[in-house]
Amino acid sequence: MKAHLTRRYMFSASHRLHNDAMSEAENKATYGKCNNPYGHGHNYALEITVSGPVDESSGMVCNLTDLDAFVEREILERFHLQNLNTVPELDQTVPTTENLSASIYDILQRGFTPAHLEKVRIQETMMNSFEYAGTNEIRK
Amino acid sequence: MIYLTRKAEFAASHYYHNPEFTPEENQRIFGKCNNPNGHGHNYTLEVTVKGEVDPRSGFVVDLKQLKEVLNREVLDAMDHRFLNKEVPEFFTRIPTTENLAISIWQRLAPKLKTAQLHRVRVYETSDLFVDFYGEA
Repeated sequence: MKAHLTRRYMFSASHRLHNDAMSEAENKATYGKCNNPYGHGHNYALEITVSGPVDESSGMVCNLTDLDAFVEREILERFHLQNLNTVPELDQTVPTTENLSASIYDILQRGFTPAHLEKVRIQETMMNSFEYAGTNEIRK
Repeated sequence: MIYLTRKAEFAASHYYHNPEFTPEENQRIFGKCNNPNGHGHNYTLEVTVKGEVDPRSGFVVDLKQLKEVLNREVLDAMDHRFLNKEVPEFFTRIPTTENLAISIWQRLAPKLKTAQLHRVRVYETSDLFVDFYGEA
């Protein structure tokens, strides 16, 4: 039987929302406070949802130790306590949480094989969150 | 179609062990969760049902009835229990969060009259939950 498993991870990082292709005034109008040249930070809560048949011998969709090890190595190592504008995955884009969600989804999609990736959800603050499921519909 | 979610909490202990594995395999796959004396969690259960709103009552489901079914079928059986030893389906199935969600679905689905079960979500901790939609 198929189940969906969601695991939450915390990381902290700073960013500045700024697009070189826009004028200073346009950057200010678009990004407001987030355009502050010195940047600012968030405690991000990342939720990763994977799915698959529940293996009869283990009772699991995938072993959490595999997911935890992958996320630690490939995601938290890369983004935790970093300035997102300087991380190679994001240094050519504006490091909004939309782009961060897509970047983390791509890392998982490419490298995590034990279960099917359903979606990535990132809570930037208590008041906003972003979900990305590639080209798939998000299931509620 | 309207979706309604009811939440409940229960506390239970469990451990992970497959008698077909060697002791080394059990230890490697299940780690600390393999301790035969068990360990516990405060589980949070979210049950989502769906259906059309009854024009007379304005309800998708009578919450009183849903609560009674939840209490009888799930909480009475699992709250403050050692899942491996006291809940029959876990005598043979490993009580992982995945299997817990499946088991709760199987207990509830045949008992719900008016609304249809949409999703069972079980939080083992605030950082880990499983959703089951009744898919084969």
